[in-house]
Amino acid sequence: MNSSGGSCSSLMDVVTYDPHHHGHDEELHVLAVDDNLIDRKLVERLLKISSCKVTTAENAIRALEYLGLGDQNQHIDALTCNVMKVNLIITDYCMPGMTGFELLKKVKESSNLRELPVVIMSSENIPTRINKCLASGAQMFMQKPLKLSDVEKLKCHLMNCRS
Amino acid sequence: MDTLIAQLQRQFRDYTISLYHQGFLDDQFTELKKLQDECSPDFVAEVVTLFFEDCEKLISNMARALDQTGNVDFKLVGSSVHQLKGSSSSVGAKRVKGLCITLKECCDSQNYEGCVRCLQQVDIEYKTLKAKLQDLFNLEQQIVQAGGRIPQVDI
Repeated sequence: MNSSGGSCSSLMDVVTYDPHHHGHDEELHVLAVDDNLIDRKLVERLLKISSCKVTTAENAIRALEYLGLGDQNQHIDALTCNVMKVNLIITDYCMPGMTGFELLKKVKESSNLRELPVVIMSSENIPTRINKCLASGAQMFMQKPLKLSDVEKLKCHLMNCRS
Repeated sequence: MDTLIAQLQRQFRDYTISLYHQGFLDDQFTELKKLQDECSPDFVAEVVTLFFEDCEKLISNMARALDQTGNVDFKLVGSSVHQLKGSSSSVGAKRVKGLCITLKECCDSQNYEGCVRCLQQVDIEYKTLKAKLQDLFNLEQQIVQAGGRIPQVDI
């Protein structure tokens, strides 16, 4: 990933200048999925301090429901309320029930959501796992534990992709 | 002139450094501190509190599983230690994380004795860290109450 330090940091300055400003066009709304409470707290804080709006989900099923891909009855409401607002999904790989990889595939299979970037996080650095995720359409793979610099890199990457 | 504040700040600095040097904490703890500011002044305390609650719960689950002699659910132990390894890594609890790695290995090879021994060590280690961080937070409180600022400590 190419780091365009100068232009990126000035954009960051604009976005991070007023951390409490909601509804700003550039503000990313991130859906963070992780079954571990401590990791959820950490990723939420990392994203908020980087001026993102954050919604957390403790498993992939809840995440899908939020995105409107859950129970058919909830489909219409969730779609209008939530889907248009989420700009990024960041999910843990290892989760009981549906894994982050399975969540990634569900999102990419959906005609409404396939353009939504999905970032996978994992505490384990397994090249076959990483490649599998990237091959299935993951935007990025991030090594846990997450640091502030990881989120900054992520934002930079996404801002560049959006323009 | 060595004021009370200066003394407390020096104690705080020395104690913090010793926790890193003795391997209780690693630089992920430093990362946690970066996330604390005026808007979220208790972030570190909140996260470590959740972590210690998690330790207690997961260790208890694992102990119960290991207690079922002859019918130990190693899968349950494995998934609990995976959780604990993740949390300890995320908060910078270096020694706890290291012991979790060992415990996971014992679990994967279904080494019952190893699991029991290791779990005991994890229990001791998280309680030790809990006490030390409590001391550290107490020092912070004392500094603030004396009207001083908590120093930035570079490891």
